[in-house]
Amino acid sequence: MANYSTNEFKGGLKVMLDGDPCNIVENEFVKPGKGQAFNRVKLRNLITGRVWERTFKSGESLEGADVMDLEMEYLYTDGDMWHFMKTDGSFEQYAVDKKALGDTEKWLKEQVAYTVTLWNDNAISVTPPNFIELEVVETDPGLKGDTAQGGSKPATLSSGAVVRVPLFINQGEVLKIDTRSGEYVSRA
Amino acid sequence: MTDDWHPTASIETLRERSRLLARIRAFFTERDVLEVETPVLGHGGSTDVHLDSLCLAATTPAGCERLWLQTSPEFHMKRLLAAGSGPIFQLARSFRNGEVGRRHNIEFTMLEWYRPGFTLDTLIGETDALIRHVLPSVGPCRQRRYRDLFREALQVDPFTTPLGTLRQLAMQHGQIDMMESERDACLDLLMSVMIEPGLGRDGIDVVIDYPASQAALARRRYDPEDGVEVAARFEVYINGLELANGYHELTDAKEQANRFDEDNRERERLGKPPVDVDRRLVAALQAGMPEGCGVALGLDRLIQLVLGKDSVADVMAFATPNA
Repeated sequence: MANYSTNEFKGGLKVMLDGDPCNIVENEFVKPGKGQAFNRVKLRNLITGRVWERTFKSGESLEGADVMDLEMEYLYTDGDMWHFMKTDGSFEQYAVDKKALGDTEKWLKEQVAYTVTLWNDNAISVTPPNFIELEVVETDPGLKGDTAQGGSKPATLSSGAVVRVPLFINQGEVLKIDTRSGEYVSRA
Repeated sequence: MTDDWHPTASIETLRERSRLLARIRAFFTERDVLEVETPVLGHGGSTDVHLDSLCLAATTPAGCERLWLQTSPEFHMKRLLAAGSGPIFQLARSFRNGEVGRRHNIEFTMLEWYRPGFTLDTLIGETDALIRHVLPSVGPCRQRRYRDLFREALQVDPFTTPLGTLRQLAMQHGQIDMMESERDACLDLLMSVMIEPGLGRDGIDVVIDYPASQAALARRRYDPEDGVEVAARFEVYINGLELANGYHELTDAKEQANRFDEDNRERERLGKPPVDVDRRLVAALQAGMPEGCGVALGLDRLIQLVLGKDSVADVMAFATPNA
């Protein structure tokens, strides 16, 4: 991979740091008065998801990381691994382990497209679509006529996620959920 | 069709900018300071180790020559002072290679002015007055000594703390490898990361008494209170943003020539290209430049502050990436 110097750093650039692939979130050039210039850089470790704040002397460089975001459809799980297939028509499949899947496990639905991040051709993380439609498999019975504001209750969705929903929602209904906040948006 | 032909500042912002420029000119006219315009291209460049100059090949009456885009109008303005101009100011396009970010653009406007006969304190007062002239709501102005800032923020003395301790602190606070770094590099890092962001939060903070090694083109003087040599220099901060840099100007031609040579030796040591020295500035100092002080203020940053914008690009018609 190519090396990138601090003046090429920008949001979205994938670089290697301490052996892990990272995504540059923010890069700020700082220079005190007459002194030496530095770059204050925020990077998201793509393996752990944690954000690191590091400083580099301007002009230093980091090795690029061979990281790709690909759209893939979720197929099935065999219990150990979760299987996804590229949506580009190649039918190429990738197996994702539990660690890489992380929190996305509770938003899985067959035939929905997810963003799978590959590092050196191995899946390291899976990002769900921002909104997903899921069926309510368990919740207290809905309160008839209560479509007004106020009150919520937990509902278990087909993917296993538990979200707060309005009191009027019934078992068997399909809901639109924001996966970033884990919040109910509307009936689908 | 590309969409990047648009200005980076809104037309409304450019109107505000134009009004601010008029106010600044009025401030100096009222004080009998002469507006001047000096060249952007010169035969000499800034040797400052931490500034990267742009240079180009030009066809001149002398043939093909290497000319330097000025990093500030300082050298030409000092030559005017030596020629008897009296107090002068300039709104000068300046160029610093590689400086890009929210607070930086390779090409920017420097408001620079010189006051023969002024002391550093008088010039700090005038800088404060100028800022208040365009930003009346700014809080009070206070002077902060470089040494005290380090003592308060990090409980260390920047002049006497062993280098090893400074390196440790820089590495801890900057998350950076500084094992091989020199003293000034560690101080610069700590200043940028631990001190600058907190400066000018309730008004104008003016940092004074810098280490002598960071004098640039300022005089050095012995500080009896600290028992060390300090640079007769100040920097002005508002909202964590460095706005201006002032000097009690060096007028000693020999010392000036020495600093140019020292800089170029240091550049060589760091693997940076040497810069052609402005021999005419040295000659002007030899002929005699009046004693006094001068200050350079980042105009785009000042406008950014006044208009509450997030980035210098927001107050420039076209920032370099879109130019």
